[in-house]
Order: sequence, then C-alpha cells, then structure tokens
Amino acid sequence: MSEAVRNALYLFASICFIIALKRLSHPRTAVRGNVTGALGMLVAIAVTCFVAYENPDISGLGYWLIGIGLVIGSIAGLYLAVRVPMTGMPQMVGLLNGFGGGASLLVAACELIARMGAGDVPTEATAVTEMRFFVGSTMAAGLIGAVTFFGSLVAAGKLQELKWVPSGNVIPAQQLANALLLIATIALSVWATYDLSKLWLFFPMVLLASVLGVFVTTPIGGADMPVVICLLNSYSGMAAAATGFVLNNYGLIIAGSLVGSSGIILCQIMCKAMNRSLGNVLFGKLGTASGGASADDVYGGKVKSASAEELGLLFDGVRRVVIVPGYGMAVSQAQHAVRDLANALEARGATVEYGVHPVAGRMPGHMNVLLAEANIPYDKVKEMDEINSSFDQTDVAIVIGANDVVNPVARTDPKSPIAGMPILDVDKARTVVVVKRSLSPGFAGIPNPLFAAPNTLMYFGDGKKAILDLVAAVKQAG
Amino acid sequence: MNLYLITTSLLADGAAAHGTAAPSPASMFVTAITVFILATFVGFEVITKVPPTLHTPLMSGSNAISGITIIGAILAAGLKLNFITITFGIIAIFFAMINVVGGFAVTHRMLGMFKKKG
Repeated sequence: MSEAVRNALYLFASICFIIALKRLSHPRTAVRGNVTGALGMLVAIAVTCFVAYENPDISGLGYWLIGIGLVIGSIAGLYLAVRVPMTGMPQMVGLLNGFGGGASLLVAACELIARMGAGDVPTEATAVTEMRFFVGSTMAAGLIGAVTFFGSLVAAGKLQELKWVPSGNVIPAQQLANALLLIATIALSVWATYDLSKLWLFFPMVLLASVLGVFVTTPIGGADMPVVICLLNSYSGMAAAATGFVLNNYGLIIAGSLVGSSGIILCQIMCKAMNRSLGNVLFGKLGTASGGASADDVYGGKVKSASAEELGLLFDGVRRVVIVPGYGMAVSQAQHAVRDLANALEARGATVEYGVHPVAGRMPGHMNVLLAEANIPYDKVKEMDEINSSFDQTDVAIVIGANDVVNPVARTDPKSPIAGMPILDVDKARTVVVVKRSLSPGFAGIPNPLFAAPNTLMYFGDGKKAILDLVAAVKQAG
Repeated sequence: MNLYLITTSLLADGAAAHGTAAPSPASMFVTAITVFILATFVGFEVITKVPPTLHTPLMSGSNAISGITIIGAILAAGLKLNFITITFGIIAIFFAMINVVGGFAVTHRMLGMFKKKG
C-alpha cells in the first residue's frame, strides 16, 4: 500500500470520527454516530495491520503477537461492556480512559527505546531538529499518558468504592507537592529535548508523572467526579494526539485532538452547572463546613419524618408530582422502583415528571442513562432550567438521594461553599418528600435547611426499599 | 464545514509530501501542529449544545475514539527490537483494544436504552 493511499484511508477514518462526534450530540442520530465512529476505527486498525504486514522487520512471531493482543483486548473490552451495570458506567468510562492513556504511554516508551537502541546521538543539523521534535513529543505523550493512566485508575477505584484506594490528601501540602511534581516533569522533558544524549530521563519523568496522576485525583470528592472523569477523557485524547506527533501520524493527531477538545467542552458545561471553575475542581477549593449554620441549629426539633403509610395518604388527589433523583438513587439501584412509583401515581391520575440536575450522579448525564435503563420515557425527564419554574405548581416533589443539588442555601447564603450553584427549586413545591437514609450532609458537607422546612417530610430509609414500600402504600391507599 | 475542508486539504498536502521528496523536520512538525490546532477547533465546534441526556454516551463514544492510539500500539508491537518493546507493545495493543471495543460497545448499549421508547 502506498503512503498516499494509507494516509487517505487514515483521513477517511478521521472524517468518520468527526461525523461520529457530530451525530453523537443529537438524540436522533446518536446510534448512527457511534456506528460511524466504530467504522472509522475499523478502517484505521485494518490499514495499520496491513502496514505492519508489509513491514519487512516484522516476522511470523510479530504477527502472532499483534493478533493475540488484538483478539484478547477485544474480548476483554466486549466482556466489560456487556457485564457492567448502568450504575457502574462512570467507573467503566474512567477505566477505559485509563487504558487509552496507558496505551499511549507505552507506545511512546516503545518508540523511545527503539531510537535509543538505534544508536548514537545525531550530529547533522536536520537530524538533530528531527530528533528534538521526536523527543519533545515523546515526553509529552509519556507525561499526559502516565497522568491519565494513574489518575483514571484512582478515579475508577474511588467510584467503585474500593477501600484500599487512597482518598483525600495522602501527604501534607499535597497541592504544593503536585505543583513541584508538574514542574519537575516538565523540566525533565525539556532537559531531554535539549540534551539528546539523556533520553533515559523519560523514565524518571514518567515515574514522577505517575505519582502526579495519583496525587491529583485522590483529594477529589464524589460531587466533582463527573468533571474529573470528563477531564481524564480529554487527557486520554491529548495523549493520543501527542502519540500522533511521536509517530508523525495525522490520523492519530486528528482523532486525539477531537477527543481532547470535546472533552474540555463537556468539562466546561459541567463546571458551569456547579458554578465552579475548573481550577477550583482540580485544586479542591471546595471548603468543608466552615462558617454557616451547624447541623444542630438547622435541624434541631424541626425535622418531621413520615412513614410509607402516611405518605401513601399524602398522594390522595395530587395532580402534579416531580421526582428528583440523585446519587443515592443510583447507589441503591432504585431506578426501577422509581418507575413503579411513577406508574402507581399516574394510575391515580397524577402527572409525573423528573427533574434532573446537570451534575446529579457521578457522571454528566448519568441520571438520564439510569432513568432510561428503567424505561422511563425521556420526554418526562426535564432539565433543571426547564422544570424549575414549575415547582410552585407542583403538589409533591419527591427527592431521592439528592442533597446539595436541592439545598436552598445556594440561593440564600453567599458565604456557603455552594453559594451561587444553580439548584433545583424543590422547596417551592407544596410538599417535599425527601427519601434519604439519614440527615448526613452531602458532598459539600453542609446541612440542608430544606430538610427542616415546614413543607418537608423526611422519609428515612434505603432508597430502593423505601421506594418499594411507598409504591405498596400508594397502591393500597388508592 | 470550512474547517473540515481546510483540514482535509492540509492532510492531502501532508500525504503528498510524504510520497515525494522528504520535507524538512521543522516543516513537518509545523504541519502536524496545524492539523492538531484545526482538529481541536473542529472538536469544539462539533459538540456544542449537547443535550444532557447524551453527555454520558458522548463521553464514552469519544473515549472509544481516543483508543485510536491502537494504531501506534500495533506499529510499536511490530518494532521487534527487544523483549521490552515487544512486551510494552503487546500490553499497549491490549489496553487500546479494550478501550476501543469496550468504548463503542458500551456506548451502543447505553444508546439502546434511550431508543427503546418512542
């Protein structure tokens, strides 16, 4: 295959990726978009296999190794994709990001070792320039790849709630350490690019970058995870783009930078939804409960709780119900029970809609996926801006395992850590039912006055069981 | 659409340059940077105004695309220089292939959930 044909096919793959992203951003074309992307990837892989086949340096054993890698990787990927429950999707995507970044890192390492093995430092001017570009790109691919790989492993581990995965600050002054690590990795990269006899600096650089990847991710808490997963997704693209520079392959550069930039856009959308800057998320500026009212002041003697039977009567004659799902619903896998509740309420003549906060759950749009899994029609699932104006005409708002995203303090207390964050105005509904295990604070670590509001009833219990009991009560009362 | 066309014609130039006389490394690098920057802009343009419903599928779909590093992995595994490069190359293929196949498959599964209801 001539180089022109090869590059044309890579170009075809790149165009497929652009169309794929475009289609994936519209509900009606999303499925086709995904298939288009897969087609592009198939072409790119086939072309590359052919290139490898034509390469005289690769012999029988080489083919076998490549083939085995492709087959085993495909089986493992397919197995994961089929097995993962929808609630586990954030971990899955996090893990896949990590694999992408790790692969880019290893490719960069291979190319570097190959060059090191090839012999002396070049002296001729053109060769030196070429080598500098190569080394600079390799260092970048190694740096971003290592941060992505280890950052994603920590993020996926935390989302999976693995106990042994470090959380919070692992060492004192971790922010300072991170800054120093970043400077050190960049300094080593620049050094190796400047002094071409010191290519081995790649390895200590990758080591430091790996530590950086771990340290950057450990302090980030649950509510910020969507942004982190998104950011790591973006990094995995940039790592691929950097690998494209190493190999001088435009297909890699285009696909990688597409993913890199689209990931950053999603991050921005999410940060806006939380009224946070990307910097704040990355450097963990969200304070814990400092200042503000204590839990005792807010809740003392004012919290009313209700049983399933009492709540069953509450739904007598209601016309409009809005269900607000949160992370608690995801954890207890209550989405199917929630659908049953909505059906029971609708059978009694109520209209039921769902209000979803943009950062509810652990991944952008995660709630939408969970609700879709439970066969909830997506025209009933409303975004925050769409549903907020209707809460004052709502008889009952049912909050299931959501906390900070319904905390009215965001509107009222400018000193609160969540001040200014757009929230769902459930407190404006005639009655609010909050399904929650306890009065424990959400990620922001602050008490929620909503729970003590005169129109709020707390319904304590584990999400799924509580909802199932409620369904039974609603059916009985009706 | 203009951006696509510019990127496309640049790629064609790059492809042609490869086939004929070797361009200087600096000019090749500048072309690569140009492609990188233009593709970045295309990425920004293409996904503005995504409905929240599609955030997760879009992310896992674009994640699968980042598995394009499989190209590098296949080439690297074929380098056949020594034990380390072969080992690294095979692991890279394995990782990238999980990313690619897992990413597209899981996206398809998620989108299927949205499609079921009309």
